[in-house]
Amino acid sequence: MTVLRLHRRRGGSRFFVYATLIAFIAGSLFPFYWSFLVASRDTGMLSDHLPPLLPGGNFWSNASRVFDSVPFWKALGNSVIVAGTVTLTTVLFSALAGFAFAKMRFRGSNGLFVFIVVTLAVPTQLGVIPLFIMMSDLGWAGHLQAVIVPNLVTAFGVFWMRQYIVDAVPYELIEAARVDGCSVFGTFVHVCLPAIRPAAAVLAMFTFMMSWNDFLWPLIVLDAGNPTVQVALEKLQSGHYVDYSLVLAGTTLATIPVLIVFLLLGRQIVAGIMQGAVKG
Amino acid sequence: MTTVVEKPPRQDAPRERAKPTLRHRLSRWDVKFSPYVYIAPFFVVFGLTGLFPLLYTAYVSLFDWEIGDDDPKFIGLENFVTLFGDAQFWNALVNTISIFLLSSVPQVIIAVLLAALLSLRLRFPASWRVGILLPYSASLVALGIIFANLFGPRYGLVNAMLETFGLDRVEWQANRFASHLAIATMVNWRWTGYNALIVLAAMQALPRDVYEAAVVDGAGAVRRFFSVTLPMLRPTLIFVVITSTIGGLQIFTEPKLFDAMPGSNNGGSQHQFQTLTLYLYQSAFEGFDLGYASAIAWLLFLLIILIALANFLITRRLAATTGLKR
Repeated sequence: MTVLRLHRRRGGSRFFVYATLIAFIAGSLFPFYWSFLVASRDTGMLSDHLPPLLPGGNFWSNASRVFDSVPFWKALGNSVIVAGTVTLTTVLFSALAGFAFAKMRFRGSNGLFVFIVVTLAVPTQLGVIPLFIMMSDLGWAGHLQAVIVPNLVTAFGVFWMRQYIVDAVPYELIEAARVDGCSVFGTFVHVCLPAIRPAAAVLAMFTFMMSWNDFLWPLIVLDAGNPTVQVALEKLQSGHYVDYSLVLAGTTLATIPVLIVFLLLGRQIVAGIMQGAVKG
Repeated sequence: MTTVVEKPPRQDAPRERAKPTLRHRLSRWDVKFSPYVYIAPFFVVFGLTGLFPLLYTAYVSLFDWEIGDDDPKFIGLENFVTLFGDAQFWNALVNTISIFLLSSVPQVIIAVLLAALLSLRLRFPASWRVGILLPYSASLVALGIIFANLFGPRYGLVNAMLETFGLDRVEWQANRFASHLAIATMVNWRWTGYNALIVLAAMQALPRDVYEAAVVDGAGAVRRFFSVTLPMLRPTLIFVVITSTIGGLQIFTEPKLFDAMPGSNNGGSQHQFQTLTLYLYQSAFEGFDLGYASAIAWLLFLLIILIALANFLITRRLAATTGLKR
C-alpha cells in the first residue's frame, strides 16, 4: 500500500526530475560548445549583439594558427610523456604498496598506513617554493622530470589500491602460490595483478586526467619553450591583445581529446568515483 | 615480522634440514623485507617532494630570500610582521574567503539536491551520472579562459543576455563582488556534479529499513529527506565540505585567467579578486621574494587547517541538530 503511494508520487514528479537534469547537463555542456563556437568563427562575431548559435567553418584555420603561435605539438607531446609516465608509475607503485598494506603483516604497517591517509589532507601545493629551489639546484627546472618526479606516486593511489586489494585478492591464492615456490614479487605479479585490473584502470584514468590538467606546478617549473598543454594554453592567452578565436581554438584542441576519452570511459569513471566514495 | 604469506618452506628444504640453505634464507628475507621495498616509493617521493618542502617553507620564510640568491639573509619573523601590516595580504585573505564561501556553500547544497534527484528510479541512470560529471573533465585553464570570455566586459555573452532581458550590464572583472561571483561560478560549474556523485554513493548505501519505518510513520518525501537522509549523510557531508575547503582556499588558476590583463597576477586592476595563492605566486615568481611568499604559504596552511576544523565542528553540529528533530 505504502509502496503504491510512493510510486504514484514518483510518477507525478518524473517530468520535473528529467527537466531539471536535462537543464543541468545542458548547462554543463554549454561552455564546451561556446568554446567550439567561437573557435570555428572569427573574433568579429563576438561584437555582434546576439551571437550566432551554429558553428562556422573557420575552426581548422584558427587551429593551425594555434600551432604557429605556441609550440603546441611539443606541448602535446610533453603532456603525453608527463601524464603517461605519471600514470604508469602511480598505478604500479600504488598497487605494490597497496598489496603490502592489504596482504602482508610487517612491523609498523598500521602506523605507516594511517600516516598515508593523513597526508591526503596536506596540500602539497604549499611547498612549491622549496620544491622550486630544489629543482633549480638540481638543474631540473625547465625539464619534464621536474614535473614527473613529484607525482610518481600519490597517497590517494596507495589508499585506493589497498581498499580494493583487501577484498579482491584471497589469502588462499597467495598461500597456494607461495607453496608452489613463488617469490613475494611473483605472487604480486601472478595473483594480485590479474585480480585488480578494474581498480587499476579507474586509478589510471583519474591519474591521467589529473596530470593532464595540472597547471600551477608546471607553470612554475617549466618555461615557455618547453611547456605542457596547460602552460601553452595560458601563454596563448597572455598577449597584449586577446584573439579569442585563436585562444578558444586552443582550449578546444586541448579539451576535445579528454572529452572523448571521458565519454567513452564515463561509466567506469562514474563507477570509480561512487565506489571510492562509499569505501572512503 | 611474521607475514601471512610466510608458509612452510619449499619442497627442497627437507634435504638439508640441519641448516637453512641460501635459497631458504633468501625466501625468508624476501618475505621480511619485500613489504618495505613495496611501500618505499611513496615514502621517498612524499618525503622529498611533499613533507620536506612543507617544512622547508617554514625555514625559507625566516629569510630575505631572492630567487637565485646564494647567501640569503636571516631576518627572523620580519616577513610575518610585514605580512600582518600588508593591506594586499588582508585583501587577498578576504577575497579568498569570499570566493570560497560563494563557491562551496551553493555547491554542497546543489550537490545534495542533485544527488536526491539522481537517486530516484530513472531511465538510463548511468547516462545521467556521466552527464553530470562532464565538467570534471575540463581543464581549469581552458575553463578559466572560456569563462573569462563569457563574462567579458564588452562582448561577453553573459552581459549580452542581461541586456536582452533589459537589465544593466555588469562589470564582471572590475566590480569586486561580481568578480567573486563569476569565479565562484567557474568553481561550482566544475565540482558540483562530482560532489553530487559522492553524495549519491553515500545515499545508496543508506539502510532501506529506516526509510520503510519512516513511510510507515507517515513521513512524506520531503520530511524523509530532511529527517532521515540528511542526518545519515553526515560523514559524507563532512568529507565533501572538508575537501572543498582545502580546494577552495587554494584557488589559483581561475583568478589568474580571469584577469582582463592576460598573464597578470594582480587579480584585477585593484587586486579585487587576487586570492592568497595568486598573491603567493606573484610574490615568489614575479616579485622574486621567496621568503615573503613562504610566509604567505605558511599562513595559508594554518588558515586551511583552522577552517577545515571549524567546518568539521559546524557540520557535525548542524547534522546533529537536524537529527534531533526526528
